Amino acid sequence: MTVLQQRADDRRAADQPGSPPRRRGPRATALAKTDKLVLGLMLGIPTLVHVLFVWVPTFGSIALSFSSWDGIGGFEDIEWIGVGNYVDIFTSYPRFWPAVQHNLIWLVFLIAVPTSIGLLLAVLLDRQLRFSRIYQSALYLPMVLSLALIGFIWQLIYRPDDGLLNSLLGLSDKPIDWLGDTDINLYAVLVAAAWRHTGYIMLLYLAGLKSVDPALKEAAALDGANAWQTFFRVTFPVMKPVNIVVLVVTVIEALRAFDIVYVINKGRNGLELLSVLVTDNIIGEASRIGRGSAVAVILLTISLGFIITYLYQTFSKENRP
Amino acid sequence: MTAAVAVKRKRPISLGTVATHAFLVLACLGTLAPLLWAVYASLRTYEDTSINGYFSIAKSLTFENFSNAWEIGNLPHFYWNTFLITVPALVITLLLSSMVAFGVSRFSFKFNLLLLMVFTAGNLLPQQVIVTPLWRLYRLIEVPLWVSDSESLIDSPVGVVLIHIAFQSGFCTFVLSNYMKTIPYELTEAARVDGASVWRQYWQLTLPLCRPVLAALATLEFTWIYNDFLWALVLIQTGDKMPITSALQNLKGAFFTNNNLIAAGSLLVALPTLVVFFVLQRQFVGGLTLGSTKG
Repeated sequence: MTVLQQRADDRRAADQPGSPPRRRGPRATALAKTDKLVLGLMLGIPTLVHVLFVWVPTFGSIALSFSSWDGIGGFEDIEWIGVGNYVDIFTSYPRFWPAVQHNLIWLVFLIAVPTSIGLLLAVLLDRQLRFSRIYQSALYLPMVLSLALIGFIWQLIYRPDDGLLNSLLGLSDKPIDWLGDTDINLYAVLVAAAWRHTGYIMLLYLAGLKSVDPALKEAAALDGANAWQTFFRVTFPVMKPVNIVVLVVTVIEALRAFDIVYVINKGRNGLELLSVLVTDNIIGEASRIGRGSAVAVILLTISLGFIITYLYQTFSKENRP
Repeated sequence: MTAAVAVKRKRPISLGTVATHAFLVLACLGTLAPLLWAVYASLRTYEDTSINGYFSIAKSLTFENFSNAWEIGNLPHFYWNTFLITVPALVITLLLSSMVAFGVSRFSFKFNLLLLMVFTAGNLLPQQVIVTPLWRLYRLIEVPLWVSDSESLIDSPVGVVLIHIAFQSGFCTFVLSNYMKTIPYELTEAARVDGASVWRQYWQLTLPLCRPVLAALATLEFTWIYNDFLWALVLIQTGDKMPITSALQNLKGAFFTNNNLIAAGSLLVALPTLVVFFVLQRQFVGGLTLGSTKG
């Protein structure tokens, strides 16, 4: 077991010899037995819960992706078929490539539209305007709504016969079926998803902008940079950590997308997503646990790259003394 | 021009400022429009909209749709289901996360960083990576009848509560440990020298200092757990046991094709989160900001 010591040990090294002593004694006292036990439980129980219900199933997905199983019988009924599911997915699963394409469009759209609008709004609101709080409240509002509910509310706008959009566009005679037409329904849904995502991006950038040292901007202004140059050459690069958070958040959001398409048409007809292909095996008509798990592993693989980036960004400073 | 000069005396209003405000007002109206549209539709009678269409001036406004949606959708029942899931999940998540955060931020173990990474990474996983084996695992775990009438974790609110705790503790642990690191070590050390046990250092000293961040997390987690759709949809099989967000599907059927009723029902479902947002907006925004920046 690790010796339990207060952080003092870490900190002692950082103390300069000349600085006044911040510790009572040179050595941190070891913890009493009951304290060790209590601390062990405090760390152990939550970790157990988290690992058992999050990480064990994650590894379970990896294992099941190499199997052929309908999920009904016991584990002895599982037939191990190696990479068969992956071969099947890549070569003969008609819904897979459209789903990949839709997830990619989802990601690109979220990065392009809500991110730029959110950044623009954040920059505007960062300038100590009047009514700034009211603007912020209005723009944050969609964030508290669930995507399932957003799917519901936006159907009132997109309905072909009596929806707001067709009425506004004067298309009541030959209505566009925004959510039914497979050429456009993905984009219609994306507008609704972006409606919610923009506020979050704006919030992240507002926090980021506040943390930028004003002295930097002043220095740039003194050097004769205009507002445009100051933003793109100084402020934006300094916000690199925020940019990474925004990127990771957006990617994860794009990979998780599910509720809104499920509410609208259960993820069919032009709205297929990888997440739908996974869940269809447990709540839909398909019941191929192995194939569903393989799709989940593909999702996992894509997200891992970004998760690791995020962890590196967040925790790399911790290793330094 | 003259008007601009006249105003200049007190507070110079440049064209840029006017344009900025105009843009922001438009952005806000655009953001609120879908909700306002739903409110408008929900206040109109079925006869009115079926004759005149939705894109028309209302003949009269009524709250009838809300009371109908409340009854037809059996909303009190589903609110109660949500309550039974959200409150325990919220309280236990904060309790467990704060314990881990306390451990890793106040003591120095070799595995501190690893533990924190496990929690943080876990919270970033797409739920679909977890859901299939979890669904199977839940069918294996037998629980006594008084815990769940299905005698396993599947089709039981307990199972949904458990996955919320496990999944959300990732984010909360991360935020809380960042916050606790900003509390001076001298505080807990002084308490320890005075003979306070680890539990007292946590419960009586550290937690009260974390009140602001706990409030922010509680606000945020409330809306997230309330808004959950996937977990309950997959893990609960009886429609009657669903929390309100996942029950939206059933409600659609119950409301048939009456859009006014659907609008009213949607707004009623959104109401708790909207109230939380208006009352606790500072906490909500603060929680999200804490999650994105360190310290």
